[in-house]
Amino acid sequence: MSPVISVANLSKTYGSGFKALKNINLEIDKGEIFALLGPNGAGKTTLISIICGIANLSEGKVTVGGYDINADYRAARSMIGLVPQELHTDAFESVWSTVSFSRGLFGKPKHPAHIEKVLKDLSLWDKKDNKIITLSGGMKRRVMIAKALSHEPQILFLDEPTAGVDVELRKGMWEVVRALRASGVTIILTTHYIEEAEEMADRIGVINRGESILVEDKARLMDKLGKKRLTVHLQGRLDAVPPALAPYNLELCDEGRALIYDYDSKGERTGITSLLGDLRSAGLRMADLETSQSSLEDIFVSLVHAQ
Amino acid sequence: MNYRAIGAIYKFEMARTWRTILQSIVSPVVSTSLYFVVFGAAIGSRISQVEGVGYGTFIVPGLVMLSVLTQSIANASFGIYFPKFVGTIYEILSAPISYFEIVLGYVGAAATKSIVLGLIILATAGLFVPLHIHHPVWMLTFLVLTAVTFSLFGFIIGIWADGFEKLQMIPMLVVTPLTFLGGSFYSVSMLPPAWRTITLLNPVVYLISGFRWSFYEIADVNVEVSLGMTVAFLVACLVIVAWIFKTGYRLKN
Repeated sequence: MSPVISVANLSKTYGSGFKALKNINLEIDKGEIFALLGPNGAGKTTLISIICGIANLSEGKVTVGGYDINADYRAARSMIGLVPQELHTDAFESVWSTVSFSRGLFGKPKHPAHIEKVLKDLSLWDKKDNKIITLSGGMKRRVMIAKALSHEPQILFLDEPTAGVDVELRKGMWEVVRALRASGVTIILTTHYIEEAEEMADRIGVINRGESILVEDKARLMDKLGKKRLTVHLQGRLDAVPPALAPYNLELCDEGRALIYDYDSKGERTGITSLLGDLRSAGLRMADLETSQSSLEDIFVSLVHAQ
Repeated sequence: MNYRAIGAIYKFEMARTWRTILQSIVSPVVSTSLYFVVFGAAIGSRISQVEGVGYGTFIVPGLVMLSVLTQSIANASFGIYFPKFVGTIYEILSAPISYFEIVLGYVGAAATKSIVLGLIILATAGLFVPLHIHHPVWMLTFLVLTAVTFSLFGFIIGIWADGFEKLQMIPMLVVTPLTFLGGSFYSVSMLPPAWRTITLLNPVVYLISGFRWSFYEIADVNVEVSLGMTVAFLVACLVIVAWIFKTGYRLKN
């Protein structure tokens, strides 16, 4: 399948000489949810801004649906809906008129039924005649999503869509995003909430200091880099790990009352059975056992720190 | 051509006028009426005639131009500066619109407003002094050309400005003085010779002179020169706007 967005050797240098993006290569497949992760200032928003036409690129080539974003900007931009990170709204416009304005801007004929559907899906229908200035932050965020969806885009960019949105609303937005994906819309989202990427994304890209660190299928990434950890709570207290247990690379914690064992759950042998046997042989009595899996957050932090 | 987008921007800008009707239309009309009361009636009654025309009548074209110039700049500069200031410009930049279409929407709306305003002021003036327009077509031509040119100039200021102070600076410190010294309230021939020469460096002189000629067939400079200068300024503004969009100056960097 040909990618719906293709970014090749993209670099961006600002007038000040600051290199915001360094040789980024990225392909987004049609219909997927792609999460772009990275610490603050990593270049996520710059990347999105270039693809959407808000910022100029310095080097490289970007195509959207096969159209070059500069040579065929009309065709490329027509496919995209953008929800930027900041809440930029026309305070004195009504919800209905601002969303209709967006549709007109993208050259689409009037379609009140579509706008009505978008507003209803985003629980904004009863606010359609309200001025934006009277809405809460979460509602303004949804107005911006409605604007982006007003022209029926095939690709939706969500730059930090749930920043500052309460838990319930965030879950509601996830539902909207899933429904969009089900209708065939490709979604690219950046987020600080790793759980959001973990919950939503098909694939994950991590960028840091303007460089792409990795792009990977989410499940594979978590398999590959995710570790399982067994914590053995002991009945007594140890000053040091017994020499007989050295091959397991155990770590002592909880003031000597627990031992930690990291293992690969996908490996042929996890080593758990023999560890438990050796613990008994060493005369250690167990109070409890606990296993846990590292989250995407742990993976993300270790990736960014490794750089 | 994305006509719907041009229409959307144009309508959005025009809607802003209706929302701010007092500031957009009523206040220039009130201030122009004050000029008539002060210069036309109070002071003008002591001045007999200027080049065969009553003083109150003489200042009408200059007053209309004064409003059209300042309002074109104010409308167009604010129209594009405000989306930059609040950030809603992202949507314009990410939409499938050409630069030409963006300019058409914003400048078209700003020019429409000033033309309507100019005509309202003219009608207001008709209540105070007798008016006769010798060349109505030329009058409209000069009005439209000036409104478009200075809306473009305002658009450039709006892009260039990165704060409200800069937005006000050029209109306050450059345009208003040039307009007052450009023969709005007097004929250039009334000036001493040295000042007359200096005054001819002021581009606004040509606008007002041409406009006044279309009313009374009296002019400080030849009407062809007036037209040429107006078109030259229009072309200069177009070149600057084209450069702004080509480089993304203060928009895309």
